[in-house]
Amino acid sequence: MSIEIRNVQKNFGDFSALNDISLDVPSGELVALLGPSGCGKTTLLRIIAGLEFPDAGRIHFDGEDTTQRHVRERQVGFVFQHYALFRHMTVFENVAFGLRVRPKSTRPNEAEIRRRVHELLNLVQLDWLADRYPPQLSGGQRQRIALARALAVEPRVLLLDEPFGALDAQVRKDLRRWLRRLHDELHITSVFVTHDQEEALEVADRVVVMNKGVIEQVGTPSEVYDHPASPFVYHFLGNVNLFHSRVHAGFAYIGEVELAAPEHVGAENASALAYVRPHDIDIQREADGDSAFKVVINHIHPIGPVIRLELGREDDGEFIEAVLTHERFRELNLQAGEHVYVKPRKVRIFLQD
Amino acid sequence: MITITASHYNTKVAHSRAIAEPAWIRWLLIASALGFLGLFLFVPLAAVFTEALRKGIAVYLAAFKEPDALSAIWLTFTAAAIAVPLNLVFGVSAAWAIAKFDFKGKSVLITLIDLPFAVSPVIAGLVYVLIFGLQGWFGGWLSSHDYKVLFAVPGIVLATVFVTFPFVARELIPLMQAQGKEEEEAAIVLGASGWQMFWRVTLPNIKWGLLYGVILTNARAMGEFGAVSVVSGHIRGMTNTLPLHVEILYNEYNYVAAFACASLLAFLALVTLALKSLVEWQAARAVTTNE
Repeated sequence: MSIEIRNVQKNFGDFSALNDISLDVPSGELVALLGPSGCGKTTLLRIIAGLEFPDAGRIHFDGEDTTQRHVRERQVGFVFQHYALFRHMTVFENVAFGLRVRPKSTRPNEAEIRRRVHELLNLVQLDWLADRYPPQLSGGQRQRIALARALAVEPRVLLLDEPFGALDAQVRKDLRRWLRRLHDELHITSVFVTHDQEEALEVADRVVVMNKGVIEQVGTPSEVYDHPASPFVYHFLGNVNLFHSRVHAGFAYIGEVELAAPEHVGAENASALAYVRPHDIDIQREADGDSAFKVVINHIHPIGPVIRLELGREDDGEFIEAVLTHERFRELNLQAGEHVYVKPRKVRIFLQD
Repeated sequence: MITITASHYNTKVAHSRAIAEPAWIRWLLIASALGFLGLFLFVPLAAVFTEALRKGIAVYLAAFKEPDALSAIWLTFTAAAIAVPLNLVFGVSAAWAIAKFDFKGKSVLITLIDLPFAVSPVIAGLVYVLIFGLQGWFGGWLSSHDYKVLFAVPGIVLATVFVTFPFVARELIPLMQAQGKEEEEAAIVLGASGWQMFWRVTLPNIKWGLLYGVILTNARAMGEFGAVSVVSGHIRGMTNTLPLHVEILYNEYNYVAAFACASLLAFLALVTLALKSLVEWQAARAVTTNE
């Protein structure tokens, strides 16, 4: 089941939550809507589900217009951020709910309901909790039950709103992998909302980066990480160093430093922003032409598998962050307070209007 | 379960030691609270029953065999039996609207629900006199069509409904607001109809709060004096509720009968309190067994 979103617009009073959003979710893909809070990602998810209605624009499932369809008839599975399990029902009854509320003609008999519910509970590996009540479960267990309940109605589309947002770090990592495996088994078209870039990059087939009600970029995790389409995406995905620069005839000038910018060969004295990721920075003991900054090492932080350096530029005192491997760090034998040169290996430059 | 209770107990002890007062202060506080309660709550309650039984059980029971007393009891129960279901339906719908939806005039609605708490019951009664009385807005039309509202059962029911208006809604609004609407949304996404959602998800979640509100509504409906007094007209055997009957008997120096009827109201109040405690206990148990 593919989802096509066409020119969707949604305002809450004066606040424009979604501004002319168009997006295709191909059948069987797991797509992440990624963005800071208030960017409209949850609103978009709720519009796909039918829990909200757009002010303008259409939603198609497999080419069929469902914009005016009631949420009850859309056959979507929705997993809420805070689980929304029915607290007065056992786990079994929670999962059985979607089958029990069907009209008599399509409702399976008791034995069939029993079979289906246990099958789903086995799928989420929690069959032994069937007789418990939701408040007796841990957060991770509740979320898996919520997923089993959503799958019970055999949804055409699975929608998850910050599915791991309320869980602690370790459980979150386990559940992420588990969700990915589950999706690989079921191949149900799924959209999940998250503000956690690591989560989106790890789990999703395709990441949709949103900001202030518009889509900034759509692409595979490596596309959006390696080739960010806008300064916002650069900022939002991972740490980044920002330099104010001037671009002229294919070269960017940052202070005394001159960097090649062949993609802006036509620019004349344009002001621009240059972005460099901390792991795309090389540290050298000797200056190497005009393309290296002279810096002083302020702090050295060993963080697990890498070393993070806090550096201060000598020309204007601006702060630069660099990440080195342990091998490179030992090789250079760096000490705090030393003066060294940094050379960006990879720079992305965005012209400012 | 056992470990949970044990740790609960431990934290309680540690907590109370940390903020403990000297023993004499504790005893002084407890004694003054008990003394106050005894003087203002227990003594009057005991007085009602002793006065009622002063001339023996036979005289006490005779007070209820009187036709006027029976009709007063009957009218009290009738008014409560109409007011409670009406306010149950109204209270649930108002709480639903306020807790689950955003609309213009919501704060006005919340304020209006509190109105019966804010105005004196006598004023409430007078409002109905102004509306339905002979000189009132609808009085002329009603009397020409031979409908009796004022000084009749409908007036008493209306006044009772008015004063007991807020109890159910007030009880449910904070409860439903705290529970949010995610469970209802989940039910709808799973294919439930509006009714299925209400009966299977909403109602079970609010049942203890709802029962609590109903008990309070019922207690107030049976005990209401001021508003009913204004609209009733005090026609013996016709429009006297139990509280009004007590007043009449008392004014006629028929103390035993007055206190006998009062003891019935007091007894109903005690039953209400017992039910209320039971509901609170059940609600608390429902929470702990689920945790």
